[in-house]
Amino acid sequence: MSWFGLVLDGSPRINANVSSGTRDSGLRTRLRFRWIALSGLLLGLAAPISADPLATKLRGTGDLGLIVERAAGSLQRVETSTNSILSRIEGLGDLSHASLVYSRDARFAYVFGRDGGLSKVDLLESTLVKRVVQSGNSIGGAISQDGKLIAVGNYEPGGVRVFDAETLELVADLPATPVNGKPSKVVGLVDAPGNRFVFSLWDANEIWVADMSDPKAPQLTKFTDIGRQPYDALITPDGRYYIAGLFGEDGLALLDLWQLDKGVRRILPGYGKGEQPLPVYKMPHLEGWAMADDKVFLPAIGRHEVLVVDMRSWEEVGRIPVHAQPVFVMARPDGRQVWVNFAFPNNEKVQVIDSLSLQLIHTMEPGKGVLHMEFEPRGEEVWLSVRDLDKVQIYATEDFRLLKELPVDKPSGIFFTDRAHKIGL
Amino acid sequence: MPNALLAASLLLISGLPLVGLAAAEPGTGPSPARQLELRALLVQDCGSCHGLSLRGGLGPQLLPEALANKPEEYLVATILHGRPGTPMPPWQHFLSEDEARWIAQLLKRGLQ
Repeated sequence: MSWFGLVLDGSPRINANVSSGTRDSGLRTRLRFRWIALSGLLLGLAAPISADPLATKLRGTGDLGLIVERAAGSLQRVETSTNSILSRIEGLGDLSHASLVYSRDARFAYVFGRDGGLSKVDLLESTLVKRVVQSGNSIGGAISQDGKLIAVGNYEPGGVRVFDAETLELVADLPATPVNGKPSKVVGLVDAPGNRFVFSLWDANEIWVADMSDPKAPQLTKFTDIGRQPYDALITPDGRYYIAGLFGEDGLALLDLWQLDKGVRRILPGYGKGEQPLPVYKMPHLEGWAMADDKVFLPAIGRHEVLVVDMRSWEEVGRIPVHAQPVFVMARPDGRQVWVNFAFPNNEKVQVIDSLSLQLIHTMEPGKGVLHMEFEPRGEEVWLSVRDLDKVQIYATEDFRLLKELPVDKPSGIFFTDRAHKIGL
Repeated sequence: MPNALLAASLLLISGLPLVGLAAAEPGTGPSPARQLELRALLVQDCGSCHGLSLRGGLGPQLLPEALANKPEEYLVATILHGRPGTPMPPWQHFLSEDEARWIAQLLKRGLQ
């Protein structure tokens, strides 16, 4: 009896019936309630999904993520609470080197494809909302501090285009400095506080800061001769320092966004000390960079090393010899461990560095083609894309146990929604 | 005799990937299994810079139209020795000259 009563109390629609039935005697009302509750229960048994469409749709997005299937041009929508795949979103074009950013409500993802495609995906509805092909060839993008603008860095034609996050309509076009008659390729595009975008020009050796406070009239600050061939860049989580890695020379270019008047300075100049660098079969990424224990961990280019830099002085404080040339060097969210994956032909392994002792503490061999790593928001688990196995593997970061494998077609980037609230991601 | 034949064909089938890994005899071109590996290398690893569909990225486009006026020898040399001063690395540690030539011809012909 009281059990049925409980069911009644728990259902707002039946409570509505209670108010409409106030003229009935108490007994009849109770009997009717039982009958309604019983039929509701039977209905519930027949269809385990709630009859209320709103109830089935209500959910958060904080434990969701997307995995890029780069060859198929699709995304796997995943959930970190259950370590499972929820659905697949197709039709996104050429997703080689694809990356994405999230809207500030973490409902929508903006996906940047190699073919110049900019796609808006709805994480709740699991749909492709809109797709525009905004250039011939693009490399990545960023979302503005206020969440209203999406900037895309382009190779062809070189420059940055800025779009309305709601409609994907073009808001501003920022063609890059031409070199030999062609606008320079853009790399390392990030968002910065003050509704700014910061990016580097590969061919022109420049760093630009675009203030988008007035989206129709962007204010550009340009820094020239910043070093040869910036290939990627990062911004510190506080949004203060922008650091571009240089392919054409040993060293990195550092810009203090709090003190633009001080200009760009070189850090770690000549870190290779004149040694012949090794051929680079895959460019390292700085986006998923690592800051831990007041130190920055960076991939050395053309060397089997992770460079360690003191964040206050920007001086080198150590080098850690690793398995091969690093691609991603990423700190666990608490900064206690730094995980490293590697370039072709040594991309079968992952190594883990203790950020305090700077010692390698673990080497694992997930399989050929480990392309990306993404930590769950609080760092207890990490997801790895293993391209040649067509799998994403999930490991416990404390004891490196393999917890689960998910089937994903040629997986590359993995992006969880906690990125929505991080500067530079 | 039939048993020996069966064993020989089984050996041939199971040995195929191994045969594929070895460099091909000069002039004969890569084995079918090795051709599959080379195609995967081209799409996945060259694709890191040139795009999975070879429409370009940090590296230039590698579609037949883009390569039409580039001699085969030039492509073979670029693949084997790289392009100093650019990010194009030498691939001679992973590819024989015949394999580089097979890739150059495939690129000129188009992947499809």
